[in-house]
Order: sequence, then C-alpha cells, then structure tokens
Amino acid sequence: MTDAPALFEEIDVLLAQNPVLLFMKGTPEMPLCGFSGFVCQVLERLSVPFAGVNILERQDLRQAIKDYTNWPTIPQLYIKGEFIGGADIVRDMYQSGELEEYFRAQGILA
Amino acid sequence: MAIRRDDLYAMLASAFPGARIDIEDTRGDGDHYQVRIISSVFEGMTRVAQHKAVFHALGDLMADRLHALSLKTLVPAKE
Repeated sequence: MTDAPALFEEIDVLLAQNPVLLFMKGTPEMPLCGFSGFVCQVLERLSVPFAGVNILERQDLRQAIKDYTNWPTIPQLYIKGEFIGGADIVRDMYQSGELEEYFRAQGILA
Repeated sequence: MAIRRDDLYAMLASAFPGARIDIEDTRGDGDHYQVRIISSVFEGMTRVAQHKAVFHALGDLMADRLHALSLKTLVPAKE
C-alpha cells in the first residue's frame, strides 16, 4: 500500500500551484506515450503554458492520481484544479473549440 | 494482455443495452481498441461521467488488461 493521504496532499499542492497541469508519461519536452504527446501538442498549439508530472518517474503518484480522480488512465489534464479528461476528451474538446473557449473562460488565454 | 473483440463487445453491450457500439481493433492485436458508443444513457452526463460509466463497465480491464482504449461517447442525435 502506498501512503494515500500524503500523496493526495501532494496532488492537492501540485494542482494549487499549477493552473494547467498534465499527469503524463514522459515530459512535455519528451513525451513517452502517444496519448500524452497528443495532449501536449494540443496545449502547445493553443499556446497554453502548462506543467507536466512524469508518472513514469513517480510510480507512487501514478496510482495515486488514478485513485484521486477515479480515472484509470494517463494522461490526465487538470485546469485550475478541475479534472478535464484524458486524451480522448481533450481531442473532442479541442476539435469542437470548447477547450480554447474553456481556457478563455478561466482567464488562462486572453 | 489483451481481450477478444467479441468479448469487449459483449461487456459493453450488456452494460449499455440498446446502444450502438462500434469497435475497431486498430492494430489487430486485441490490445489497442477504438470504441464508439452511442447511447441515450449518456444524455445529460458530462464527458467525464460518460467515460467513467464505460470504464466502470469494463472493470479491471482498464486497470491492467488493455493497453490502449480510445473512447468516444455520444448521445443519439435528436430527430
């Protein structure tokens, strides 16, 4: 068993500190999974600054973030602490223009 | 690990009766699936809630048996 309360607390802090946070495999500079890489590309295309948490280097957080949001897969995108979705939802929201709209509504894009 | 397409279909069909379910085995290896589900059950649900409903139906398949699932959930188009 991992130390869930401490890990959840760490996740809370990460979410509070990073308005756009992506839990991913690899780093924004070097994604190590197609789904993670796709979300990075979308964020870069929208010119949204974001931080990445590489769960391959944090196996404890890998499970903790899945439990935190009750979502079984990585990547996971959070905007202002709110879970937005995985790669499929990001793709749909990007293609429909909703994602850009959401960033504007949140004051992240002008 | 992998799952047969028919087994995946059966799991989804029993969880979402009456839904239209399209499954593509994108690499032909039983481990990378693209799934589209059109169901009135999704009506009024957020995308996150819709996907969670599907994950719930698939149980531990998502946790450790399936490498990649690309998912699209839709509500039937209104006439």
